[in-house]
Amino acid sequence: MIPVEHILLLSAALFTIGVLGVMLRRNVIVIFMSIELMLNAVNLSFVTFSRGMDSMTGVIFIFFIIVVAAAEAVVGLSIILSIFRTRKTLNIDEFNILKW
Amino acid sequence: MLIIFYIFAVLSIFGALGVLFLRNPIHCALSLVGTFFCLGAIYVMLNAEFVAVIQVLVYAGAIMVLFLFVLMLLSSKDTDQYANKWPIGKILAGLLSFGIFVQIASLFTAGELQLGPKGAYPLEVVEEVGSIALIGRLLFTDYILSFEIIAVLLLVAVIGAVVIAKRRFE
Repeated sequence: MIPVEHILLLSAALFTIGVLGVMLRRNVIVIFMSIELMLNAVNLSFVTFSRGMDSMTGVIFIFFIIVVAAAEAVVGLSIILSIFRTRKTLNIDEFNILKW
Repeated sequence: MLIIFYIFAVLSIFGALGVLFLRNPIHCALSLVGTFFCLGAIYVMLNAEFVAVIQVLVYAGAIMVLFLFVLMLLSSKDTDQYANKWPIGKILAGLLSFGIFVQIASLFTAGELQLGPKGAYPLEVVEEVGSIALIGRLLFTDYILSFEIIAVLLLVAVIGAVVIAKRRFE
């Protein structure tokens, strides 16, 4: 049996790398991928806790999380597509039209 | 068993670091697919076969193919314009995320991890009934309302994506 702490440590590391990606990268699609990475880290800890506690609720939650992630990816990418049409770039620093 | 887990854990960390450091966003996407496959393998080791299958089918398959499509539609050859030109920001981001990691890790390494009361589905039950059958049963009995709501959410997302992507801005 894999120790629960080691899987949670892996999940924490993946989540941290995702946070770093959101803060460091400037390409908006790569930022989006980092968000997916964070969602996956959370999924991993859901499965771990669900197995460790002999419960199925975590696995059901993952089903819902993956659906939400798919919806988020679809809507987010179409927003990026329509922003790209007007700004001609994917650099997040150029998307400052809502800022004053 | 344990050594296979460590191999996949290290591979998935490397894939995630690839997302963080690779210049070309297409390489980032492919390295993220590698991470998702490794996580799928870890899910199999945790007796969550259903999650492993949808991880590979939906995440590594559908969502990442969508990302790659958008990347090939939009990306330009010039990757230098995405370079982060603020070194203090890099240091701050590193410190902040290190703090986040220490904070999360100290939650379950400080003492003996208390997981709370055991649920109704130990490993023997899951292996006897099958995890996919159990998930299906729960999804259509206890979680039927959430299931219906998530279906509506998916429909809204599909319509929203079509409306946003089709609209012409001047």
